[in-house]
Amino acid sequence: MYTTDLSGKNAKKPEAAAAEDPVLLATFEARVANDEFIEPKDWMPEAYRRTLVRQISQHAHSEIVGMLPEGNWITRAPNLRRKAILLAKVQDEGGHGLYLYSAAETLGASREEMIDALHSGKAKYSTIFNYPTLTWADIGAIGWLVDGAAIMNQVPLQRTSYGPYARAMVRICKEESFHQRQGYELMMAMMAGTPEQKRMGQDAMNRWWHPSLMMFGPPDDKSPNTEQSIRWRIKRETNDELRQKFVDVTVPQAEAIGLSVPDPNLKWNDARGHYDFGALDWEEFYAVVRGEGAVAKERMTARVKAWEDGAWVREAARAYAEKRAAAKVAAE
Amino acid sequence: MSDAKDWPLWEVFVRAKGGLSHRHAGSVHAADAKMALEHARDTYTRRMEGVSLWVVPSAQITASDPADAGPLFEPAEDKIYRHPTFYSIPSHIKHI
Repeated sequence: MYTTDLSGKNAKKPEAAAAEDPVLLATFEARVANDEFIEPKDWMPEAYRRTLVRQISQHAHSEIVGMLPEGNWITRAPNLRRKAILLAKVQDEGGHGLYLYSAAETLGASREEMIDALHSGKAKYSTIFNYPTLTWADIGAIGWLVDGAAIMNQVPLQRTSYGPYARAMVRICKEESFHQRQGYELMMAMMAGTPEQKRMGQDAMNRWWHPSLMMFGPPDDKSPNTEQSIRWRIKRETNDELRQKFVDVTVPQAEAIGLSVPDPNLKWNDARGHYDFGALDWEEFYAVVRGEGAVAKERMTARVKAWEDGAWVREAARAYAEKRAAAKVAAE
Repeated sequence: MSDAKDWPLWEVFVRAKGGLSHRHAGSVHAADAKMALEHARDTYTRRMEGVSLWVVPSAQITASDPADAGPLFEPAEDKIYRHPTFYSIPSHIKHI
């Protein structure tokens, strides 16, 4: 899973850069421009570090929260094969969250701070998870569309300038490919099924198409951080470029299995060599970012409950480890 | 929840198969070494990426400072005679 940079609107421009050592800054900029990787102990401008911590932790939170809408269907998967697949996928999302938290920790953010920021509502996660999963077909739509959009976003990030982030993305992209294919295969099965199953498939398509397109973030002219992030190779393609790419590859996949795309303005444009598509409802997007999504509250309540219910396990394991370490010292 | 602390951090190294070295894969939090191995397995080898794992407390790693990389590695820079290509041998001499 993936989140785009949601706090772009409020993010400060990097005037802090002025306070940085100009020689170090110039060396850094030159290295990044030369497509070199920046590693944890290398010198980096504070704004770069801050932007990365925000972007990587948001991304990690999205993976973790992303387990909830799908976890919702594990006990109701229609057969053992689908259940095993869904379990493996949800476990992957947890793993992806962990790779990313680790990458953010190399920048000096602590795991606990990041989790607190998520639970207190200070940190954002992908808006897509504040939509409910109403039917089994939604599991197909999420794998195919949501993970498909995620892959589109993540593939260029494998060459992002921060080494630990880039390496996490390589691993994640490899695993996401299964997520997208199982989702499409699930949709194929629905669309080859009874009229009712087909209706469910189309209904899921209708609900997930626009939110998936919004996963790429606000249009370029409303995404103030894009230019700086592209210069720093934290981002490698703009929101609108990625969105167009996604539409271009996904529309034929929908048509191939008899799904119609819920956009009356969708049309192939021969001159551009791309699909034209209708405007998106950005008011809805910002409302969801503000936490007004259908199930935003439910998601955070579930996260906080899991964290708090697990507290005694974390504490007991720590106490046990300390006791054993003390016993070992005493024996020596 | 704020009085709880993160479990210590461990660096994870995975041997992909016999004959290869362990290679750094990432890190995990765990209360002790045994749990670190279990977390490393679940996090980094879900698709048979490894046949052996090492976990090392991150705090135990001593790393060189990238800012000193220049002087640290400088002694090797001018010793091109350490490479076989430094020596020109006539082409009719074989197996050398």
